[in-house]
Amino acid sequence: MLLIHCPYCDETLPEVEFAYAGEAHIARPADPSALTDEEWRDYLFIRTNARGPHYERWRHVHGCGRFFNALRDTVTDRFVTTYRIDEPRPVLTPLEAAE
Amino acid sequence: MSRYRIPGMGRVDPAAPVSFTFDGRRYTGLRGDTVASALLANGVHLMGRSFKYHRPRGPISAGSEEPNALIGTSRGPGRFEPNTRATVQELRQGLVTESQNKWPRLSFDIGAVNDRAYMLFSAGFYYKTFMWPRSFWDKVYEPFIRAAAGLGKSPTEADPDTYASRYLHTDVLVVGGGAAGIAAALAAAQSGAKVTLVDENPEMGGALLSDPSVRIDGRGSWAWLADQLSQLRAAGVTLMTRTTAIGYYHQNMVGLVERLTDHLDQPPQDAPRERMWRVRARQVILAQGALEKPLVFDGNDRPGVMLAGAAQTYLNRYGVKVGDNAAVVTCHDSAYYAAFDLVDAGGRVAVIVDTRDQVRPDLADAARSRDIQLLTGHTVTATGGRLRISSIRVNPVRNGRVGSGRRISCDALLVSGGWTPSLHLFSHTKGSLTWDADSQTFLPRHKTEACQIAGAGRGLWGYAEVLADGVTAGMAAITEIGRSAVATSARVEGDRPGTGSSQKELPTDRSAGKARAFVDYQNDVTAKDIRLAVREGMRSIEHVKRYTTNGMATDQGKMSNINGLMIAADALGKEPPQVGLTTFRPPYTPTSFGAFAGYHRGATFELTRKTPIDPWAEAHGAVFEPVSLWRRAWYFPRPGEDMHQAVARECRATRASVGIFDASTLGKIEVAGPDAVEFMNRMYTNPWTKLPPGRCRYGLLLGEDGFIRDDGVIGRMSPDLFHVTTTTGGAARVLNMMEDYLQTEWPDLNVWLTSTTEQWATIALNGPNARKVLEPLVEGLDLSDAAFPHMSVAECSVAGLPARLFRLSFTGELGFEINVPARHGLTLWNALMESGKAYDICPYGTETMHVLRAEKGYIIVGQDTDGTVTPQDAGLGWAIGKAKADFVGKRSLSRPDIVDPNRKQLVGLLTEDGSRLEEGAQIVLDPNQDVPMKMAGHVTSSYASDALGRPIAMAVITGGHGRMGETVHIPMPQGTIRAQITSTNFYDPDGERLKA
Repeated sequence: MLLIHCPYCDETLPEVEFAYAGEAHIARPADPSALTDEEWRDYLFIRTNARGPHYERWRHVHGCGRFFNALRDTVTDRFVTTYRIDEPRPVLTPLEAAE
Repeated sequence: MSRYRIPGMGRVDPAAPVSFTFDGRRYTGLRGDTVASALLANGVHLMGRSFKYHRPRGPISAGSEEPNALIGTSRGPGRFEPNTRATVQELRQGLVTESQNKWPRLSFDIGAVNDRAYMLFSAGFYYKTFMWPRSFWDKVYEPFIRAAAGLGKSPTEADPDTYASRYLHTDVLVVGGGAAGIAAALAAAQSGAKVTLVDENPEMGGALLSDPSVRIDGRGSWAWLADQLSQLRAAGVTLMTRTTAIGYYHQNMVGLVERLTDHLDQPPQDAPRERMWRVRARQVILAQGALEKPLVFDGNDRPGVMLAGAAQTYLNRYGVKVGDNAAVVTCHDSAYYAAFDLVDAGGRVAVIVDTRDQVRPDLADAARSRDIQLLTGHTVTATGGRLRISSIRVNPVRNGRVGSGRRISCDALLVSGGWTPSLHLFSHTKGSLTWDADSQTFLPRHKTEACQIAGAGRGLWGYAEVLADGVTAGMAAITEIGRSAVATSARVEGDRPGTGSSQKELPTDRSAGKARAFVDYQNDVTAKDIRLAVREGMRSIEHVKRYTTNGMATDQGKMSNINGLMIAADALGKEPPQVGLTTFRPPYTPTSFGAFAGYHRGATFELTRKTPIDPWAEAHGAVFEPVSLWRRAWYFPRPGEDMHQAVARECRATRASVGIFDASTLGKIEVAGPDAVEFMNRMYTNPWTKLPPGRCRYGLLLGEDGFIRDDGVIGRMSPDLFHVTTTTGGAARVLNMMEDYLQTEWPDLNVWLTSTTEQWATIALNGPNARKVLEPLVEGLDLSDAAFPHMSVAECSVAGLPARLFRLSFTGELGFEINVPARHGLTLWNALMESGKAYDICPYGTETMHVLRAEKGYIIVGQDTDGTVTPQDAGLGWAIGKAKADFVGKRSLSRPDIVDPNRKQLVGLLTEDGSRLEEGAQIVLDPNQDVPMKMAGHVTSSYASDALGRPIAMAVITGGHGRMGETVHIPMPQGTIRAQITSTNFYDPDGERLKA
């Protein structure tokens, strides 16, 4: 069982309190009707499917209820960091990228 | 005293005999014995039949890695356990054990005919033998495979034992209570750290328990051990025996299973049988030691063939001699010490066969001084005997050529193919391994967790080296967590260092194709099978493993993986690391389901949600059904009524007069705030801006993909407050979806979302007399149709309780839903029942609710929809606010595949013969087409309708909306049913009854 740091509660808590919520930094288009079918398809279905560091959303569903973002390595399952949804995507240091 | 027990030896208690049975025969062992050691003391080596060939087998090890001596154990009804390792199960008074995989008896087994037909069962035999003819699959092959599959019999009764679960937080967890683990734990504990030491055996000590002649710090190893353990206790170390570390998970979590009662003569009442520990440690020290490998040669599985280290354990720890006249075959120095101990205890060792040409001079001298014949540069090419080994065939090997063989008599054969560091837990963490060419074994390399590896588990040998390494690991662990201590050292005399070589199968002068040289004992995989797999194209060890099943038994190849790898590498002409090592996965040893389940069984498997009305329903004979986590009243049978009769009566009473229904499980969400209406406009398909306070509307929720997610009636209580209802099962999902959009897409909206599902009790009144029942109880509201028309909502007082009253209908009748604070739910229910007496008010359950709504064609999300149904498909296009620029899912409704006229669409079905269709039944347009037929859709809802006097059904059918009046066909085992496509609105299509 993973331990996950909630950036709102600022506590590291068991995985059972959290729920995965898909890839992060995919904003809903401001005006969906302006999108072509292909663009809308990409928004709906096309995901990174990363092998390695992955920006993704989690929700502290059995805690504060907040959605937040995380950078997790899909190979090792290690959380590199978690951050609030209004914070920018953290840049990987060369060391982290190499891991 | 049993024939093979040596008085004065071992750690068993000679004054405490323990009686047990094996295959119905009574035996006596001693307290401290395992089943295996007790049987061996009685001269019994034959303990089971092998999985595939039914070959006679005896214990080859003395520990948890045992692949052969698997037995059934029992402690009364429901307490039978198959595949218990006889080498692990401790003796207890009255223990009942039995051998497995034999018929009619262990010494004469009909299934052993498989052994003669072994050519049929070679690698991949499943894929080859059972291919042809195809018609044989159902009738012949599958029944055969099912009958032959599995080892041991599964118990059929529910497990009457209880199992516990606990968490443990510790600074340092040491896995393995041998020399390295003890040294590490003591070093760590001296820093003041909280230390936990676990070992799977009944007592700590590991290999020290089998090496009493070694002296440490001037004392015998057992005296030193006792002193160390008391020092550990004094230092506050938690010592856990009979506790197996089954898995090593992320962030230093280790799963432990502690066996609490299986060794007890009389377990305390209600004591848990096992306890699962979830340990979170800041540092983990793996001191799991090493496992001895067998050697691979023809007949290496005969009872009496045993690992040399196991024989040494049986002798020193249990005082049991494994034979009167042993032989030894080895490629590692460690087997010499086993032979020496056996001779020193008064036994006889006829010969040591060493595959190596050179042997350490001191070992050769020590063998000579004990009158042991030493044959270096020799191989073993066969064994004799049937149910017990009686001889070995020994041949010299010179320059790779095998000379002529001769027989040497023996009644036990001690084998050693060297040692494999136990890296299972390290492997669970995806720690990487490196091949050590010198020791011909894999060693740990890159770590992914905060752990240290100590002792034989990282390839070290000899107590002096291992003890020092344990101290080093303990010091490293406490340094990592910011503590310190002074390192100590131990002085070892009579140490038993050793080295060895690794082997593929031993060279032979006979046809290798006919050799029954076993690599994996538990799955009956031979060296020939592995070479065959390579010949047939398997290149990776992962493929060889699956094709031959090598290492796939419950022992996970603890003995066989490296031998299998050496042979596969040889066959491929590659170095072992290029062929690879298969991945170990938890659990380390077979673990009972009960330990995993813990408290999550029976009534505590998951919680049951009950409504405030539930006690009334229970008292009035309701039959319940689970709906998500809720239990809901399904129907209320009167004496003598079956379900069909009860539901028909409930339906009739509701349509004729009035029915009352507990709708409290409906999900409820309050959407509040200045931007509530904007939020609702964006979430739901419907337009909300013009809905005035006091009115309600059917709301439809889509996903962004345009498919229906949920629905429910939504009331506008005030300009900035919506009372949203959701489906019973969808409440949490809908709230999560709303929160997601509110928090992450539209944080600018000033809206609060609150789950109020359990704050309100909700009671539905339906039927032409619903108003008459309700009206006398209502204060502060005019209930007339003119003042409070269909789809109205108001706050008022009902039976003196504060209420939110909806006028809506899920039945097609005049209907009301009354919400009161949950604690008053039962009060309201009783008041309505009392008021309804004059109208023969009828409580109804979920089944009647389903029938009544289906008669009106109202959908149930999740039953009539399946995540691929759009509003248009469901005939709900009217619920879409076409003037709205955007809402969740709107863009998808114009995607090409969503506007395709041939999508499956929801329609009604009426069977021609008046039979009731099965929900889920597949529908075809042409019943005469070839099989497999093209499916046109399926039945989603089907009921006997009392109001229509016939069965009705709903279905999704391709292009269904354009097929009104057409006939479709539902092929069933009894014959094909014809049905006509109709509207889903079967009853009162103009909705006159709603307006009452």
